Amino acid sequence: MKVSLGLAVVAIVLTLAALSLGLRGAAVGHAPTLQFAEFYQGGGARGLILSDKLVALHGQRVVMAGFMAPPLKPALDFFVLTRVPLALCPFCASDAQWPEDIVFVRLPPGQTLTPTSALLQVVGRLEVGTKTDTATGFVSLVRIDAERVTALR
Amino acid sequence: MQHGVALIPSCRSLTFLALAWLLLVLATMHVSTPPATAADSEGTRTLLVQAQPAAPSPAPQPSLLILPINRAKFLAGARFDFRVEANHLPVKPTAWEVTIAGKTPEAFFGTQGQVTNTSDHSQEQTFRDVTLAEPGTYKVSAKAVAGETTLISTVEYDVVLTKPLARQAKNVILFIGDGMSLPFRTAARIVSRGLQEGKYRSMLEMDDMDYYAVVTTSGMESIATDSANSASAYATGHKSVVNALGVYPDNTKDPKDDPRVETIGELVKRTRNMAVGLVTTAEIQDATPAAMFVHTRHRLEYLAIMDQYLNPSQSADVIMGGGSASLLPQSTAGSRRKDNRNLFKEFETKGYHVVTTRTELRATSAPDKLLGLFHLGNMNVYLDKAVLKKADVLKQFTDQPLLWEMTEKALDIHGKHANGFFLMVEGGLIDKQAHPLDWQRAVWDTIELDKAVGVAKKWAMAQGDNTLIIVVADHAHSLSITGTYWEGDGKKGREAVRIYGEAKFPDYQDTDGDGFPEKVDVSRPLAIHWANHPDYYENYKVLQEPLSPTVKEGEKWVANKQRAGDGELQTGNLPSSENNAVHTVEDVPLTASGPGAEQFHKVMDNTEVFFAIVNALGLDARQGTSPFIATR
Repeated sequence: MKVSLGLAVVAIVLTLAALSLGLRGAAVGHAPTLQFAEFYQGGGARGLILSDKLVALHGQRVVMAGFMAPPLKPALDFFVLTRVPLALCPFCASDAQWPEDIVFVRLPPGQTLTPTSALLQVVGRLEVGTKTDTATGFVSLVRIDAERVTALR
Repeated sequence: MQHGVALIPSCRSLTFLALAWLLLVLATMHVSTPPATAADSEGTRTLLVQAQPAAPSPAPQPSLLILPINRAKFLAGARFDFRVEANHLPVKPTAWEVTIAGKTPEAFFGTQGQVTNTSDHSQEQTFRDVTLAEPGTYKVSAKAVAGETTLISTVEYDVVLTKPLARQAKNVILFIGDGMSLPFRTAARIVSRGLQEGKYRSMLEMDDMDYYAVVTTSGMESIATDSANSASAYATGHKSVVNALGVYPDNTKDPKDDPRVETIGELVKRTRNMAVGLVTTAEIQDATPAAMFVHTRHRLEYLAIMDQYLNPSQSADVIMGGGSASLLPQSTAGSRRKDNRNLFKEFETKGYHVVTTRTELRATSAPDKLLGLFHLGNMNVYLDKAVLKKADVLKQFTDQPLLWEMTEKALDIHGKHANGFFLMVEGGLIDKQAHPLDWQRAVWDTIELDKAVGVAKKWAMAQGDNTLIIVVADHAHSLSITGTYWEGDGKKGREAVRIYGEAKFPDYQDTDGDGFPEKVDVSRPLAIHWANHPDYYENYKVLQEPLSPTVKEGEKWVANKQRAGDGELQTGNLPSSENNAVHTVEDVPLTASGPGAEQFHKVMDNTEVFFAIVNALGLDARQGTSPFIATR
């Protein structure tokens, strides 16, 4: 039992060290903030019109806040960022029924993430334009290659 | 201030974290190890003894299945696919016999079937697009011998002609309130009409109809159903399974090859060239509207459903609702297609007039064919599109029509059709708001549907009462009205739920007589509770925007603090893998007026709604030559 407690204490110390390093990682810097409500500047059922801001930020480093959509698997190398938390119900929705304002977030190679319900801040390079993810077949319009994902609350 | 945890730490911190968690896991393992016994006193290996392997599922037994199933009822002449399949066989069958009324299927149907082996342990025989033309009882037997195993199966079919009625209907309007079980109707009546000393000031349009029945909802595999299976029962007269539309489920993975049964949409077009309309507040590809025409084992195949809507035998003349995302080419923002087909253009080429806003709908006269798509996804609910009007919720869709306006336009168009029409109008979002436990949005949409029923009743009377109008739910939800909720004496939460005599009457006021109270968040609203739910927060107030009741934490769904987080936690009673309330099994109410409505007066199986519709129309399914269009 003494050994167990000792191991637990060491583990907690190491966790704190790791978190502290993470917080001191890449800073947000002067990356502009992009909000979900700023994606489109009109349109309707015949298709949406991308906003000038969204188009101008293509290829730029941006900051976005949102929630992780219900994940497809326990450890993620990508996830879908949404404006409000989603809980798609299997008999009234499907993965073909995502809202139109979502962001496909790719994590840095080799890094994974545990699913969370926290409000997230994502910093990374924005990519705009329809693209099909080769691994999942997921079709997305707006993507971020994340350099950092932080839980805000 | 950000006080967060870095979820993607640097490589160095990742190494620390991995080491930390490894140590934590080791520590936990030690702590949780039970006292060692003499037999297993060698440390942590006892964990292996502790581990409970999942009970092996029993090996599936050989089976012989005949589709359609036992006690299936057919309208004489209705088209269907016939299939016999033997599953889980030890070896391929050495003998295979099928008889229908004593004849081989080839002789009986006058067509050649196809024998297949979906796996090394199965055999199937399928006859496509066949019919039972003469009324009566048919005995179907099948026998398969595979090694030592002999399987025998026998079913009976009941084939009927339509029953002659005192008056025939020229048209049928089927209103489906998705999930609209009895308490939704009561809640809508209280909110919309109000009471005075216990008597309602007036009844709902859907109350004020001539006949009342109670309808069962179960499918062939389970007491609990979904909107695909249940709408399919209304549209075909056949039971099926969850997720299935116009098919019986077979043993292949392909959702498009399951044995089909003819839908009401196909039937009225084929036999009588009637007009057909589909009007919904959900996506037009959603289960309820799709059931009127479509054949698929999987309701979420929206793109395949769109392809079927373009088949001449499966095309409605009027289609209105949401779901334009499945029509837009992939390159257009908002599209959900995986190709660059533009289905708006394809419908226009086929002669459809297309509108996408309420303004455009109002400006449209009465074209022969109308496609109205007012949202990329589901339309917004009444409370959001007509009352609260929040920009974040409506986004680009600030000009959506109301359900009764869509119904009125459909009637303008169909009323011109000499051969009559079948119109299905769905309050599709009642269910979609009941799942996330948002009773106000569900009940306000019930009132929206009720106003559409009023439009139809008035139209039918003006035409000389030649139209059967049915109002029914497809399945139940567990909403229940406990009493009222009142914080006037300082109590809050469950202590402010007023019951029995203390409930008094809620203070919704509809002074302008439009059927909706002017104020949504009144001082004494209804106190609503749900019999099944996940963990969620309840504060008895109107949510300013629709929000999920749950969020995912690890493998479990937990209450979403963003939604009514100031309220009380309602501990879930569903498995923690569920993120919403689920359908319930109770029977649902049906009211009806017009010619043929007298058939609705007792407890009815849901498949009998189909037969009452075809009786009212006096359909002879042996007429008409156009069979199924292949949907593969």
